[in-house]
Amino acid sequence: MSAVEQGTRQARDAQHDALDSGRLRSLSRRAFLGTGGALVVAFSLLARGQETLGQGTKQEKAEPQNRGEVPKNGPPLPGSLEQDPMLDSWIRIDANGAITVFTGKAELGQGVKTALIQIAAEELIVDPARITLITADTGQTPNEGYTAGSQSMQHSGTAILNAAAQVRGILMSLAAQRFSAPVNVLTVQNGVVQGPAGRTATYASLVAGVDLHVRASAQSPLTDPSSRRVMGTAMHRVDIPGKVTGGESYVQDMRLPGMVHARVVRPPSYGARLQGLDAQSVERMPGVVKIVRDGNFLAVVAEQEYQAISAARALARVSRWQERATLPAPADLHASMQRLPSKDKVILGQTWNTLEGSDVVRATYRRPYQMHGSIGPSCAVALAKDEGVTVWTHSQGVYPLRGAIAELLHLPPDRVRCIHVEGSGCYGHNAADDAGADAALIATRLPGRPVRVQWMREDEHAWEPYGSAMIANAQGRVGADGRIAEWRYEVWSHSHSTRPGPAGNLVAGWHVETPFEQPEPSPLPLPAGGGDRNALPTYKLGNASVLYHFVPSMPVRVSALRALGGYMNVFSVESFMDELALVAHVDPVEFRLRHLEDRRAIDVVRTAAEKFNWSGWQRAPGRGRGFAYARYKTLAAYAAIAMDVEVERASGDVRVRNVVVAVDSGETVNPDGIRNQMEGGVLQSLSWTLFEQVSFDDTRIRSRDWSTYPILRFPDVPERVDVHVINRLGAPFLGTGEAAQGPTAAALANAIADATGVRVRDIPLDRERLRGALGLLARAG
Amino acid sequence: MIRLQVNGQARDVDVDGATPLLYVLRDHLRLNGPKFGCGLGQCGACTVLLGREPVFSCITPVSVVAGRAVRTVEGLGTSDNPGPMQRAFIEEQAAQCGYCIAGMMMRAQGLLEQNPSPSSMQVRQYMSANLCRCGTHMRILRAIDRAGALMRETGTKGKTT
Amino acid sequence: MRTRTKSRIVGVLGVLVALIAAFIALAWRSAIDPVRPPGSFDRQLVERGAQLEAIGDCNTCHTAPGGRSYAGGRGIRTPFGTVYSTNITPDYATGLGSWSEQAFVRAMREGVDREGRHLYPVFPYDHFNLARDEDLHALYAFLMTRDPVSASAPGNDLMFPLGFRPLLAGWKLVFLHRRQFQEQASQSAEWNRGAYLAEGIGHCGACHTPRNALGAVRRDKPFAGGQAEGWDAPALDASSTAPLSWTRERLIAYLQNVVFPGQGIPAGPMLPVAHNLAIVPDADVKAIATYIASVAGAPFEARERRAADVLARVKRDEESPPSASPPAAQPLDGDDRDSAAAGAQIYAASCALCHGAGRGIGSGNAMHLAQSTSISLPSPTNLIHIIEDGVRPRPGERGRWMPAFRGSFTDAQLGNLLTYLRGEFGPSAPWHDVQRDVRKVRHEGNHE
Repeated sequence: MSAVEQGTRQARDAQHDALDSGRLRSLSRRAFLGTGGALVVAFSLLARGQETLGQGTKQEKAEPQNRGEVPKNGPPLPGSLEQDPMLDSWIRIDANGAITVFTGKAELGQGVKTALIQIAAEELIVDPARITLITADTGQTPNEGYTAGSQSMQHSGTAILNAAAQVRGILMSLAAQRFSAPVNVLTVQNGVVQGPAGRTATYASLVAGVDLHVRASAQSPLTDPSSRRVMGTAMHRVDIPGKVTGGESYVQDMRLPGMVHARVVRPPSYGARLQGLDAQSVERMPGVVKIVRDGNFLAVVAEQEYQAISAARALARVSRWQERATLPAPADLHASMQRLPSKDKVILGQTWNTLEGSDVVRATYRRPYQMHGSIGPSCAVALAKDEGVTVWTHSQGVYPLRGAIAELLHLPPDRVRCIHVEGSGCYGHNAADDAGADAALIATRLPGRPVRVQWMREDEHAWEPYGSAMIANAQGRVGADGRIAEWRYEVWSHSHSTRPGPAGNLVAGWHVETPFEQPEPSPLPLPAGGGDRNALPTYKLGNASVLYHFVPSMPVRVSALRALGGYMNVFSVESFMDELALVAHVDPVEFRLRHLEDRRAIDVVRTAAEKFNWSGWQRAPGRGRGFAYARYKTLAAYAAIAMDVEVERASGDVRVRNVVVAVDSGETVNPDGIRNQMEGGVLQSLSWTLFEQVSFDDTRIRSRDWSTYPILRFPDVPERVDVHVINRLGAPFLGTGEAAQGPTAAALANAIADATGVRVRDIPLDRERLRGALGLLARAG
Repeated sequence: MIRLQVNGQARDVDVDGATPLLYVLRDHLRLNGPKFGCGLGQCGACTVLLGREPVFSCITPVSVVAGRAVRTVEGLGTSDNPGPMQRAFIEEQAAQCGYCIAGMMMRAQGLLEQNPSPSSMQVRQYMSANLCRCGTHMRILRAIDRAGALMRETGTKGKTT
Repeated sequence: MRTRTKSRIVGVLGVLVALIAAFIALAWRSAIDPVRPPGSFDRQLVERGAQLEAIGDCNTCHTAPGGRSYAGGRGIRTPFGTVYSTNITPDYATGLGSWSEQAFVRAMREGVDREGRHLYPVFPYDHFNLARDEDLHALYAFLMTRDPVSASAPGNDLMFPLGFRPLLAGWKLVFLHRRQFQEQASQSAEWNRGAYLAEGIGHCGACHTPRNALGAVRRDKPFAGGQAEGWDAPALDASSTAPLSWTRERLIAYLQNVVFPGQGIPAGPMLPVAHNLAIVPDADVKAIATYIASVAGAPFEARERRAADVLARVKRDEESPPSASPPAAQPLDGDDRDSAAAGAQIYAASCALCHGAGRGIGSGNAMHLAQSTSISLPSPTNLIHIIEDGVRPRPGERGRWMPAFRGSFTDAQLGNLLTYLRGEFGPSAPWHDVQRDVRKVRHEGNHE
């Protein structure tokens, strides 16, 4: 079985991961001592909780196999060691001294591979080049659930840091015995233990005498953080050379002997049913091996890839589907969401009420459905053999996916193996799991032959789960002292998480002859939240109350998209802050400072303003500037963004000029990593905010490709993006990858309002909307 | 049988002439550089150089490239011996997921071979055919800048294949 | 010297002097004093001006690629060389910021700038002179309220001796006449409105009407087809070769870049026109469509029959789509037959994905090519542009997308594709010497 080596750093998470790697020692103490890291602990436990939604629970409890009993007494083990306490689950050294490190996390492009290698190399005291890292594989790695939410370093990094230290300790103990010397006079240099009188012993020579199949202990002989060799350095990503020279890097690059190519013919809309199929002409096409039909699931398999594509097109032409109008009217999208049954909860304040009075400022903000739009459509390879199935997939959660596929195929979970291989950036729950399920399903119809399923662009666009549409009402009143006296915020949203989990969350699961029903989603708990993420502003407000309307029904498929509800809630809250500042006749930066008490928030706001030269900025016709601040998830990184734009009134064109970001992610381990993530987040958020909305009619998704769902291209890129990182030595690491999404959107809206005098509250702030708001060329008649 | 010139080598493929070049390069010649992103000529992940021009290999039938010089990222250098474009992207760490990068590099290579000192606006206009979803644009622009400088310095345009 | 010779010399000199004096009298135009125009105008007037500007496409010519709107600097190729558009923002030093309304009106109607210099008729004052006073007033208000930009256009690059502007006075003497719009009582109010806009500020004929050797519009052949920026502006009159007639409804959609079954989308120089018309009040677009639809004249049998054939073919293909292999081209002679077969293969891989009939759902909903106007034109020039450059919406906007195939095909391969397309989807008369047009478009730099 090939484990395709990969390790790329996705702007989103690399910094957090790298940060965590340097902080794990104090984290492992602090996290479990319930002090400053308490939220972090709660967070990781919550993350576990999320993973046990639905079917996944049973599978997880069946895991880990052969992992040894976890005693219920005694202190908890650091990170994921708690679930997988055997040291050799994480670190193995063979007789040649080759070192293999295992992680249950997946490389999504966030650089976790590189970071984990750095951690292991640090604590094993070896050259990073000696380490082979095996990522998420239900056949050989620990089960660490989903790789999501910037938690890889907390879970996996902590485990590996401690496991590596303990392995080194075991080897050193044996060396001490052999040298008849106390352990504390030994040193290690690049995998060689050095003792008195020049005696040395390589790991290779020691490993035969130790048993690493032992339980980890709660304490680890960690190295001194002040003498870091590998962690804390801007080590170049190990995967980039391969990617720029055409190395095999992605699941799309896999070529197994005897592999066949499959394409799924998806229905034209949700809820469409296959009425008739005259497949004879397709069966006769060159290279066609098989047509698979299972209820509404339809696929064709061919020897060569283009043969499969041609056959799928022909198959689509000869299929007849009966469709139903199940989608909301686009013009009525948000109003119809508000009419659906919802679970309502006051998440701040005692009760909810509406403000009355002529001095109340009111605003309604809207966000449409938006998509991940991964540049490489989802892909998977599966092989059915000996009554089992192996699936190579870029899913974020191989263990949960395994459970879902087992359920789909009516197999016991231990007959299914899911191996993570990198795909293109996913930014959350995209169609990766669905491609894996498709491949597994088709593979069972062609046992013995590897089946490669590649989703087409149109299918990825139409069938991936989107980021939920949302609508928020804000009301506020500014007191005579120029401070916010009253604050009301209510927000409606669909679910931000429908991961498999259960087979009912797989597209294939909906389409097979005996379909699986999609389970009703539950709201994600605070403080992280889902649709209510960042609905609780971190400002000191007067009388504040926040109401969340969770709408369980999902006429349009939705799940987790980077920042979840945090993108839209920060857009709304930070736009509203500016609207209140305007009423109070106070500068937007000054207004925010008046309501902040957290020193780190104040610092990040001041830094962004200074570096942008907020007080010295020169006004010019058509130009405006905007500011926004948020603390992601109210407990992760602090980010403040200032930008200026130029708006052409006649066309509604917005040119972004300078963007200045100030970010505080706790202790900085790799400043370049933070900058990369924040730049990437800024640009992606500019794209979302300026251009993006999924279009559909009452039956079909109409956004099927980049022409019907345009995104940012090079000519729209800002002139400059500068990221300033505030380094807090000694502070815990804070997840940063999603911190730019919300503040970018609000800073942009605020800058446009400043440039034009007109406030636009509906995302996307596209040309047509701006022209409409500016009123210069409104359509008449 | 169709005879192709790919990265300086003659390669024969037995495939229907209407097959898009992308699948021939990936599946028959087992090259990883050009990627499937949309198959519609909208995203540029499949970009290769045909002669001096960057083209979308996903909508170019293999029959029209017979005998013409096709270059992919594999032809710009190796991981042991990267060419100037590749060095620039490594030095700038200009990648996040990296899926779009090979296509970006080929289009940029085409630009720099025809215009060794493009203005910033020219680069942005020229590269508009290629999409990046991760938001790596600023680094890609810096890498192209750097590649141009490296090429001008050394007087090379990278490997000539 | 003998007296008779002397008097002859004096006579000739006198005539010369008189001619020069007459020429100067003709060509010399006074400068109008610079003013500081008012900074604000009535909002409704400005809005009306904005609508008229969109109909007149001022921003299209007066904006350089990637440049600031209305700041000029765009090079417009003509058979006589390249003329660069001027800055019409209200910048005092480099734009119109010193122009009084009188100076503006004079420029629009007579082609003379504030300082008295003659303007080249690539600026279509020969059409703008139909505009009414109140419309020019609104346009002035609109332009004066734009954001000023400091920018000067590059010098023109014209063949000798056309750089000598006073020569234009002679041109104007012959080809520029005072005009006033005359309503036609027998036509509807909508038709008249459309005629006024299309013939005047809309200057449709500036591209769609042929020009004589001196570059003047041939008023005897209105809308018989012309050229613009390396593209053919198709004939809109009875000589139109479009497979389906441009009815009012089809034009309304086309002119606003709205997708309409069975027709293509604006491309090349028409694309910015459509972008502008998309933001103009519906009533004005409908009026223009009404007028232009009437230009084609009454339907006649041959055209009706061709349209019916085309629609029947499209319907046939949609209902029972061709098989996966490339469709057989119509029988052709000798070389053309091989050429078409090669072109068929290109079509199958590069075009059929979107243009093929009966394709599944997805983005590939491009028009069936039997309905293509560019394949039906007398020359493949426009089709070559479209294949080379593709068609794109404005950045960030949704719209039809055709990729640019520049670089994919050699001249010969492109020729094969063109031959196939004409044979398969076009009228029965083949194109002659396709390679000449390919070379002209590709290698003489006539495309953007």
